[in-house]
Parts: sequence; structure tokens; C-alpha cells
Amino acid sequence: MSESDFDRLAPNILPAGVPAPDFALNATPDQVLRLSELRGRPVILVFYPADWSPVCGDQVALYNEILPEFREYGAEILGISVDGVWCHAAFARDRKLHFPLLADFEPKGAVARAYGAYRQEDGTSERALFVLDREGIIRWSYCSPIAVNPGADGILSALESITGKSAPARTESFENAAEARP
Amino acid sequence: MSDGTLTPPVSERDHVAGPEDAPVTLVEYGDYECPYCGMAHPIVKRAQRELGEQLRFVFRHFPLAEAHRHAQLAAQAAEAAGAQGRFWEMHDMIFEHQDALEPEDIIGYAKSLGLDVAQLARDLEAGTYVKRVRDDFRSGVRSGVNGTPTFFVNGIRYDGSWANEQAFIGALRDAARQGVRAAVGSSSR
Repeated sequence: MSESDFDRLAPNILPAGVPAPDFALNATPDQVLRLSELRGRPVILVFYPADWSPVCGDQVALYNEILPEFREYGAEILGISVDGVWCHAAFARDRKLHFPLLADFEPKGAVARAYGAYRQEDGTSERALFVLDREGIIRWSYCSPIAVNPGADGILSALESITGKSAPARTESFENAAEARP
Repeated sequence: MSDGTLTPPVSERDHVAGPEDAPVTLVEYGDYECPYCGMAHPIVKRAQRELGEQLRFVFRHFPLAEAHRHAQLAAQAAEAAGAQGRFWEMHDMIFEHQDALEPEDIIGYAKSLGLDVAQLARDLEAGTYVKRVRDDFRSGVRSGVNGTPTFFVNGIRYDGSWANEQAFIGALRDAARQGVRAAVGSSSR
């Protein structure tokens, strides 16, 4: 499927400019995280279909490695799937994850539905990314083909535009490379 | 989303094997402890043999250090060897011994390559190349790397299969033909 085909068939996830629906989900068996508590900081919402499936594993592993970059923008990142808290706990421990995984478990997929990111036919969420600004407005959203790890460059570009900070990699580390360009 | 373009392009900060004017530049973002990168290593070697002067190969670090606890140190060791002019020798050594990447193993490899072992040990201890490895990683994130290995052929992410050796080398040969044509086209303008 080409990218344009996919765009045409893409589900209607909430677009940029829309206030992000608030939610309260369990991050651990006894801790609830409410989105609105994170006001004042950019927030990255990562909806993914399921713990343990190979592509998600790669995707969360990648974001786990990029946490220092996300934090340079003062951003929080939250993973969300329909898996339960105990499943998330085991998955996070196995992959040594350092960001919260939220259980969109009961009523199942309610938050994914609110963001237009629920896959009725599979009973899971889409592989959808949302970047919220400090006021809780969606500033960028993207739905990836279900089998494709969307990477992180789109998230970083969105954070860059929200915070007005340019990417550290471009400003600091590659001055020489930039000069070397014709 | 990502347009899959290598950012920044290959420059003198990179580790490069092959002629600068080769019609094909293959860039790999890799993790020294990643088993798939280990599988890709001999395939890249074969491509280098078969394409010869047609191919320029560049390796950038993309250690998934939370998943692979030896990957970060191994990347720094390759950089430390590179500072002594022996990047590719250490690169090969590490990929050929992916199951033995403890610090003492690395020191052993440095010894067998005839490096200044004390200097390499100091570099590792001081974290001299931590930033260099991190810079590579960040450039990968910016370029749309979403796992390892990720390859770029002439600056564009290669989304085909590398595990199919014939297809991979065929794609490089195609790029070589197009690269030569592009070069001829631009010089005749």
C-alpha cells in the first residue's frame, strides 16, 4: 500500500488544533495518571496495539532510548494500549522501560475511541501518535500503518515547533557537517 | 512523517570505507550487540567485495543500550580504535565476537589488533566518545531510523529486505548504475 493509499484509508484520528480529551488511566495497579495533571509540559501520547508484539517492542524500545532527547524539550511520554496493568508491568520490566504505560482496559479502549484511534475489528488501538502542547492542545497527530514502526522524527519535529527549540542534534553536534555541505 | 532522508549527509566526521566518488554510498545505522546487525555484517562485506570501487560504506552508531547492555561500550571502543586509525578493524572484530563484549574482551581485541591498549582503556573509562556515539544516534532518529540495522542508499532509507542478499546487492548495483548516470548527466550540463 502506498503512502497516499494509506492516507485515504486512514482512520479519523483527532487532528492538530483540537483539545486533547482528558482521561485518567492506571499507570500501575495502584496509581492513576490524569492527563490534565501534566498541563504546562508538552505531552507525547503513543497509542500502540499491544504489549509483546514485535513491532511495538521495537517502537517502545526506541522511545525508551530517545527519552533524554524528549526530556530536553521538557516533554512527558505516555504509552497507551488496551493491555491490563499487570501485563504492562511485566512488559515494562522486561524491556526496562523508563516511561509509563497506561492501561486503557476498562471500559476497554475508551480513551483510544475518544482519540479516534480504536480498531474495532481487532479490539486494539491503532499505532497513533499525538503531541500535545503545554495547554493540552493537540499540535501534531499521526497514524502509522499497523505493522510499521513510525520512528521518532515526527515527534521531535513537533516538539521543536511547540517549544521553539531547534533539535539539539542540529544545533550542537553537526556544525561541522553543516559547514561541509556544498 | 519521515521522508527517510539521511540527516546530516555523509561528511568527514563519518567512518568511511571506499572511494569518495563511488556512485553508491551505503550508510548503516547499527548496534554492535544487535543480532540482526550481526547477520547483516557478512552481507555488507559481500556487497563491498562484489561492488568494489563502486561502493562507499559508512557506519553510524545506533546502540539500543537499554536492550543491549554491551552495545554502548562496544560503540565507544570502535571510536577509540578509530582515534588510533583502526576503526574498521575493531568494527569487524566486534561483529565477529558479538557474544563476548565484556570490557576484558574488548581490551583483548585491542591487544590483538596491536592498539595502544592503555590509551583505549583510558578513553573508555573517561567516556571520551560518549557524545560522538550519542550524536550518531540522534542523527539516526532524525533520519527516520526505527530499528537496527537501518540502511540508507545514496541518502534515502532503504526499506527493502537486506536479509535477501541477492536482492540487497542487486539494489546496490541498480543504485550504482543510476549514480553513474546522474554523475554523467550533471557533468555534461
